[in-house]
Amino acid sequence: MIELVGQDALLPQLFSRGALVGVCWPEPRGLLLFRARARELLCQDSRIFFMHRNSPSAASALPKLPKSLTGIEGLDEITEGGLPVGRRTLICGSAGCGKTLMGIEFLVRGVQDFNEPGVLMVFEETAPELAANVASLGFDLAALQPCKMLRVDHVHVDRSEIEETGEYDLEGLLIRLGHAIDSIGAKRVVLDTMEALFSGFPNQGVLRSEIRRLFHWLKNKGVTTIITAERGEGTLTRQGLEEYVSDCVILLDNRVIDQITTPRLRVVKYRGSTHGTNEYPYLITENGISVLPVTSLKLDHPVSDHIVSSGIPALDEMFGLRGYFEGSSMLITGTAGTAKTTLAAGFVDKICQDGGRCILFAFEESPPQLLRNMNSVGIDLATHVASGHLRIEASRPTLNGLEQHLVTLHRLVKEFKPTAVVIDPITNLISVGNVNEVRSILIRLIDFLKVNGITALFTALVNGRGLQQEMTDEGVSSLVDNWISVRDLEGMGERNRGLSILKSRGMAHSNQVREFIVTSHGIELLDVVLGPNGIVTGASRFTQQLQDNAEALAVQQGAARRDRELERRRRMLEANIASLRTEFESVEEELRQISSNEQARQQNLLSGNQRIAAANPPAPTGQPAGPHRRKRLVTSTSGMP
Amino acid sequence: MAEVIVEENGQETWELRLHVAGQTPESVTALANLRKYCEQYLRGRYKPEVIDLLLNPQLAEGDQILAVPTLVRKVPESIRKIIGDLSNEERVLVGLDVRPAVSR
Repeated sequence: MIELVGQDALLPQLFSRGALVGVCWPEPRGLLLFRARARELLCQDSRIFFMHRNSPSAASALPKLPKSLTGIEGLDEITEGGLPVGRRTLICGSAGCGKTLMGIEFLVRGVQDFNEPGVLMVFEETAPELAANVASLGFDLAALQPCKMLRVDHVHVDRSEIEETGEYDLEGLLIRLGHAIDSIGAKRVVLDTMEALFSGFPNQGVLRSEIRRLFHWLKNKGVTTIITAERGEGTLTRQGLEEYVSDCVILLDNRVIDQITTPRLRVVKYRGSTHGTNEYPYLITENGISVLPVTSLKLDHPVSDHIVSSGIPALDEMFGLRGYFEGSSMLITGTAGTAKTTLAAGFVDKICQDGGRCILFAFEESPPQLLRNMNSVGIDLATHVASGHLRIEASRPTLNGLEQHLVTLHRLVKEFKPTAVVIDPITNLISVGNVNEVRSILIRLIDFLKVNGITALFTALVNGRGLQQEMTDEGVSSLVDNWISVRDLEGMGERNRGLSILKSRGMAHSNQVREFIVTSHGIELLDVVLGPNGIVTGASRFTQQLQDNAEALAVQQGAARRDRELERRRRMLEANIASLRTEFESVEEELRQISSNEQARQQNLLSGNQRIAAANPPAPTGQPAGPHRRKRLVTSTSGMP
Repeated sequence: MAEVIVEENGQETWELRLHVAGQTPESVTALANLRKYCEQYLRGRYKPEVIDLLLNPQLAEGDQILAVPTLVRKVPESIRKIIGDLSNEERVLVGLDVRPAVSR
């Protein structure tokens, strides 16, 4: 047994019981003095060892209060390390809050997780009854007792058996407790509940002074004690035990609000340490008490750059990075009947197809109904359920309190380890709690999912039209990273569905309201059709398309007509050209003929003249006969036809 | 200290156990008182025993002793615990179911 002491006077007493003493002292000088004194007292007993807490500067670093981890989920975080070691903690609460369970869990976890033996002293139930009662929490008290780690003592107090006949004290109780602690070397003690003594012993004066003595004795024993007590009207405990136990007080409260019970826990005071001071809801589950953890609400978690598809390719295109970040949260809001669940199912389908795991929390439809409905639009979730990639959890929100839902979710996520979680819808939770509570639950949920890198998708129903559609009741929209709004676009006597991205943190997104239809092959985003007044949808779209088609046709026909006109002109031109050419050729022929005739004549003349020149004897001499001859020739030629 | 008195006249011998925790003033007073009553009223019919819980702490559990000193009378019908130093004679006798008239 290791004990912490501050007074050297207790050393002999401790050593008589065979204790191994460890001393923590903040400053070295005191340590030396103490060691000298201890040696003097105990003659160099080799069982002493001194632990000296090293501090960089002896004066400034003060020792921290040593704490004993409870092992109760969430409580260790709220108390920042557990209950104070060697001191008494009071747990008070009204009936049925779980005070006894908390004490027992403290002991059992001490044995199982921290190897610290414990003593349970019960005044109201017998040991077998108690064992049967806590068996439902998974605590097997009977199994722990034989190995000397746990000791259950039932103290029977019956007023009718007792006759007071003079002065007495309650040393018997102390002896019993001391014996129990010493027999197994217990570090943890639970007394449940001290108030039974008040009914047994009529002399209040003696009783109270003895209780005070008991608590003092417990403190000197150095065991971490939990004392349970019933809540009083206006006081913390009915019998005023808080006067004696004031090191740490935890208050349990079972409040019924709107027919839903939520047990809450509050650390009223904790001497020597900081602690979470708010009220924290807790649950008694089949694994013990679970106080919902709160420290994960630091905004401090790793982020991923990986992009996840939304399940609809055209929708992915509307995002700047073709999808959303893994580990981010997405909110789909819309009025009733705007295919939010279908969008969510499409996302689930894609995740499962890519090999991820997904949990779908359905608060409105039963799993078979969901499967059937999604089948009708071509989303086959049944195969994913069968292959184990998808798990559908359905329950009515009003079945349990909000906290129960959160705990269920935590547990399922831890068990199933999904890559994505879909909650459809979150607005149903408002029927269970008020807006602030739902918001706080959602904050914790979103944070929890983010810390674990799980992509989340929530659908929410919004009321009203116009501006109201853009804000959700819980203000959840500011908590999520991406927000898609699905709206009814009413006009021209009909309603069409449009989808728009209102925000996407970390990437650009399209600002269009895209119309979509739900076909038997899933959701299809229709192409954007621009009309004279902007984007048109529904019947106007058809009209617009018809008009566009007609125009296109007209344009086409006009073009054809022009083509034909051109052709005709060309042919005409060609015909003209052909005729001109023919004419030209004939004229050319003619002229050529004339020119060749002319040439022939010239040739004839020349040859004729030559013949004549040859026939006539040449002139005798001296006389240039040329000109004469020529003249004669000319003349004769002319005389010869 | 145990005084064993063998009963001859056929009446039952009831067990009386006085639980004390060391030598406190109350314990001493209680023991003296007990002896006195035994002598005075119950000669020969009771067999008192003194148990020191400091020496045998496990016996506190068996008899469910909380207060000290406690006189436990085990009878077939019920257990009576008489706590205190036994200075209130009437109460003791009532607790022990002894009527003064029966004494000799």
